[in-house]
Amino acid sequence: MFLGRIPYRRRRLRDAARLLPLFGLFFLLLPLLWSPPGNEGRRFSGDLVYLFGLWVGMIVLAAAIAPGLSRRDGEPDEDED
Amino acid sequence: MPFNLLVLACITYVILLFLVAFLVESRARRGRLGWLRSPLVYTLSLSIYCTAWTFYGAVGYAARSGLEYLTIYFGPTLVFIGWWWVLRKLVRIGRQHRVTSIADLISARFGKSNLLGVIVTLMAVVATTPYIALQLQSVVLSFGVFAEHAPDGSAPLGADPTAIWVAAGLALFTILFGTRNLDAKEQHHGIVTAIAVEAVVKLFALIAVGIFVVWGLAGGVSGMMQRIDASAITGWAMNPGRWTGLILLAGVAVICLPRMFHVLVVENYDEGHLARASWAFPAYLMLMSLFIVPIAVMGMERLPAGSNPDMFVLTLPLTEGQGALAMLAFLGGFSSATSMVIVEAIALATMVSNHIVLPVWLRLRPAGAISEDVRAVVLNARRVSIGVVLAMGYGYYHVSGGSAALASIGLIAFAGVAQFLPAMIGGIFWRGATRVGAIAGLIVGFAVWAYALFLPSFGPDAVFPAGLLADGPAGIGWLRPQALFGSDGMDPLIHALFWSLFLNGTAFFLGSVVTFPGPVERLQGAAFVNVFEGPLRPRGLGGGHVEPEALLVMAQHILGDEAAQTLFEEAARAQGKRQSILPDPTPAFVSDLEQRLSGSVGAATAHAMIANVTGQGTVTVDDLMTVARESAQLMEYSAQLENQREELARTATALREANDKLTQLSVQKDAFLSQISHELRTPMTSIRAFSEILAEGDLPPAMVARSGRIIQDESRRLTRLLDDLLDLSVLESGKVQLTLGLANLREMIDRSIQAAEQVKPETRFVILRDLAAESLFLRTDADRLTQVFINLISNARKYCDAPQPEIRIAVKMKAGRVRIDIADNGSGIPKDAQGLIFEKFGRLPGEMRAKGAGLGLAICREIVANLGGTIAYLPGQGGAAFRIVLPLRLEAKAA
Repeated sequence: MFLGRIPYRRRRLRDAARLLPLFGLFFLLLPLLWSPPGNEGRRFSGDLVYLFGLWVGMIVLAAAIAPGLSRRDGEPDEDED
Repeated sequence: MPFNLLVLACITYVILLFLVAFLVESRARRGRLGWLRSPLVYTLSLSIYCTAWTFYGAVGYAARSGLEYLTIYFGPTLVFIGWWWVLRKLVRIGRQHRVTSIADLISARFGKSNLLGVIVTLMAVVATTPYIALQLQSVVLSFGVFAEHAPDGSAPLGADPTAIWVAAGLALFTILFGTRNLDAKEQHHGIVTAIAVEAVVKLFALIAVGIFVVWGLAGGVSGMMQRIDASAITGWAMNPGRWTGLILLAGVAVICLPRMFHVLVVENYDEGHLARASWAFPAYLMLMSLFIVPIAVMGMERLPAGSNPDMFVLTLPLTEGQGALAMLAFLGGFSSATSMVIVEAIALATMVSNHIVLPVWLRLRPAGAISEDVRAVVLNARRVSIGVVLAMGYGYYHVSGGSAALASIGLIAFAGVAQFLPAMIGGIFWRGATRVGAIAGLIVGFAVWAYALFLPSFGPDAVFPAGLLADGPAGIGWLRPQALFGSDGMDPLIHALFWSLFLNGTAFFLGSVVTFPGPVERLQGAAFVNVFEGPLRPRGLGGGHVEPEALLVMAQHILGDEAAQTLFEEAARAQGKRQSILPDPTPAFVSDLEQRLSGSVGAATAHAMIANVTGQGTVTVDDLMTVARESAQLMEYSAQLENQREELARTATALREANDKLTQLSVQKDAFLSQISHELRTPMTSIRAFSEILAEGDLPPAMVARSGRIIQDESRRLTRLLDDLLDLSVLESGKVQLTLGLANLREMIDRSIQAAEQVKPETRFVILRDLAAESLFLRTDADRLTQVFINLISNARKYCDAPQPEIRIAVKMKAGRVRIDIADNGSGIPKDAQGLIFEKFGRLPGEMRAKGAGLGLAICREIVANLGGTIAYLPGQGGAAFRIVLPLRLEAKAA
């Protein structure tokens, strides 16, 4: 029922891996809600930088999480705490 | 740039790919893959997601619809960084069940149903053939661009012949390296590596063009940004429906496209590679799309109005006079198109041969064992299928005439394969999903997709008459293809996606809920959904008898002689057979074999073939229940065995203890016998000696008197010894007759002290007593208890060696019991002798031989035990001390 430090960390890492795409989706849909001040329309390059910045952020986070997840260990794979 | 040079470069590039594939294949055959099976190659092979449609078309897409092209990459990015949700399970299932295609996965999940395999195969062929045509078109278009820019204006080939040549070349390559062998795991190392090379080429090409555009033409990043903001591209407005819908669609397509499923699941060599690809593949996509907007903006700025934005990647370097760069870009586009076509053709051909050709072939043959070489049939079927798929692609291209309708076919194909989603995801996460539900969902979804999106996409009056599109069939307004159920004004793609997936999912759900799955279906469902809980095999099904030889013959025809014999021999060794290479056809072996075969011909066909040989075509729910019951019984039985084992262990321990005790008793008995003979012999010896002296006569009277006294003393001692022994044996046997009655403890102690005074009467003892505490009445056998007291007090008198000897008698009542301590102030009993004193003849070592045989304390112990109490030596009292604990009231024993 209670895990040691390392398996516990690994479980939380899984939680992070599960949440990451949800956060990503949220931030991808966020531009739909913006309406720029004034009425001259949004700056295209601003959107471009935002989206690519978000993209790089997601990749970096995924790269940070992935090595810890792929490590094989003796404990059973599934899942529930 | 001369056109011939382009053709030459093209051919050189293709030869290079052939060489790569060939070298890797030969290395693979020698089992030396090494880094060729690294996460890097896996990630790069996934890049077939980026087809020519993305290579060329993304720029056109951006020029027309701004940033919307990014959604095509965001969907896969989300799916990959969320690999822990779906991809991990898909890959694990694919590896564990040796899945050969997406049709195989769905068919295997729903009870190895071949009907489902056929449906999925047909849908995949219909949805992706136009997509293949699109790739051919892009190659033809890019050739056209070069022909246009060629200085001599010579274009040796027309559009159609180019397409034929490309299609034929691709078919050749795919057949050569895609059907080389019938790998049990359906993996093609040569092709995967060639695709990885192509992935590098197209990424490199696109980035090179991008760098040229940003730093060569626009003058750096800030200059580029200004041009972007000044460009017409900014007129684009984000459409929430399309933005969200396309992210979803692309995310679905990346797992449902047959070619993506093939590289992602079937060609997966190591599950660990997926973890790396989870971020590396999004990174690849990000790099691929990084320079799309700059190229589009610069193309719109520099090129004459009306030029095709889909070809900006080529035309921009060409008009700027960068021939080499254009050549590189051309090769990039060529790579994108060819790699996609190759993998798509393999994936489709595998599905067609495993789910359509083989079942038909099996059905047509007379029943009985498989006699011909199935491998040849499968491989030929696959070769023909590849040819047919490419021919269909070319035919489609030819018929549609490279029209603008093709341009949008990419997303339409995405929406078509997205119909696999409910059956696939439902199948691997929901045990309740059934075959009927899957079939219903697939057919409904596919029909809606074709009606609302695919067929109308050819334009009015092409397939559907314009009137039908505008007013619905027979004027029924709510059935208008692009405004189903009155949902007017939606984007046609999103409209079709929404309705098809919704109705598909609903039909899948309802069909699953109201039907009852067959037994194989339930087994497979459990095995797929619970794939992480270890392999679950349908063991022990059916009772069909099977000849292992027949199985071997069949396996040889599918796996090849060598591989099949090795497999059988290993199984035989594992079963402990040393001589024969034929293992017993246990259910475990048969189901293993079936899984191996399914890696070659698909689960449904493998199942049918095994059933053909074993003659157990059908498994009933009753069979399943029997298996479940049997395993429950087995478990119960083993639990019983475990209990019995424990009981045996307990009995053995008890027996061992009893044996130890018996041995000990036997030793004690021997010791007792030798002791008693010794004790009897000593007085006997003196009696005999003196009686002999007396018998000689003629002795002085003093001598006679002395001898007589000695004889008398010794006989008395003998008698006492025998009395004691008798007493002890009566006490020990528990047959002693107790006379119970109320008695005053003080009186008993008084009597005992008096009686003991005859021992060493010359010594004065101080007796310390607590008369008040002693004044209590016990219900016990007073005479016996007094005997104990006398014994203890006599012993104290006898052995106490203090100069001013004293005896303490302390009495205390506690919890219905009386505690009597009798202690002296002598030197006590040494520690190591304390355990002995209550034993028979247990005299202290070095003890001066006193009167009595050393039975006193043994008798005391027996008496106290008979009185329901205990007696023990009490150490640490400054002398010898004994503690007697007795019940206040001793109840007479029953009977």
